[in-house]
Amino acid sequence: MSASSDSPIAVESHSPALRHHFADMEQQKQAASLGMWLFLGTEIMFFGGMFCAYLIYRYWYFNEFAASSRTLDIWLGTINTAVLICSSLTVALAVRAAQTGKRKLTVILLLATLAFGLAFLGIKGVEWYNKFEEHHIPGASFHFEASVPQHPGVPINSQHAQIFFSLYFAMTGMHALHMIIGVGLFCVLTFYAWKGRYGPDYYTPLENAGLYWHFVDIVWIYLFPLLYLIDRKK
Amino acid sequence: MSEHVLPIKLYVTIWATLLCLTVITAAVAFVDLGPFNTIVALVIASVKALLVVLFFMHVKYTSEKMTKVVVVSAIFWLLTLLALSLADYTTRLLA
Repeated sequence: MSASSDSPIAVESHSPALRHHFADMEQQKQAASLGMWLFLGTEIMFFGGMFCAYLIYRYWYFNEFAASSRTLDIWLGTINTAVLICSSLTVALAVRAAQTGKRKLTVILLLATLAFGLAFLGIKGVEWYNKFEEHHIPGASFHFEASVPQHPGVPINSQHAQIFFSLYFAMTGMHALHMIIGVGLFCVLTFYAWKGRYGPDYYTPLENAGLYWHFVDIVWIYLFPLLYLIDRKK
Repeated sequence: MSEHVLPIKLYVTIWATLLCLTVITAAVAFVDLGPFNTIVALVIASVKALLVVLFFMHVKYTSEKMTKVVVVSAIFWLLTLLALSLADYTTRLLA
């Protein structure tokens, strides 16, 4: 960059990461962070539409939602929640490692995050495969029979159960797509962190990717009770 | 940078709290609390989300005030969407 000395934006400590339209690194960092938060605001509304559809159908067809929810594997769901929380910790610590200039530790923590992210997707894949085996995928071969919870002998409406599974696959599918994008992001960031691009002066990409990852974690924090824990009492 | 570097202990404490709340919410689901099962599950989820936003996402410590404005308004619009939609769908059969 060639900012002349009489330019108002020329500052003596000129980081190579500073773009010329920002006054200093602090302003550049805050602008990037604010932009990321605005993007997450749009993501909240994106998932919000699906949550809204879920709430309406759950209100209308509660018995079918309760019966369908019981067929999800609560163990795998709980383990996956824990896996995501662990990945959030490793991301937060990776950003901290970059803030304190520990390159090796940053790379190790990012690799741990990738491992947790892939583990989540693997477990999710097992759950989806089980649903496929049980013919719980909405469509021509959908088959689901159950009785209304606490009322044995009273059959539920299988069409309404299909709506639950449609929402289940749409919501966990969109969440998984966000996870896959996050894994791709962190693959690139891990490479650059290994190259030594991030340090105490400049770690904005790591911080923003971290914000994205935590957001995806929060979506799952709500999906888990809403999908798996509707009606588990005996 | 004026940005805070938070102690590792804080991150680990938040992480442990989140794991405990996950186990609690899964366990409480098996106890019959009537309509309160859903409420307890959503309150625990919201506490977990709040912990992630405040500490992992650094909203508690950010120097940029606009971040908090964006977070609060995003939640406000989401609640508007849910409240107005449900106000419609849950009262249709009352007429």
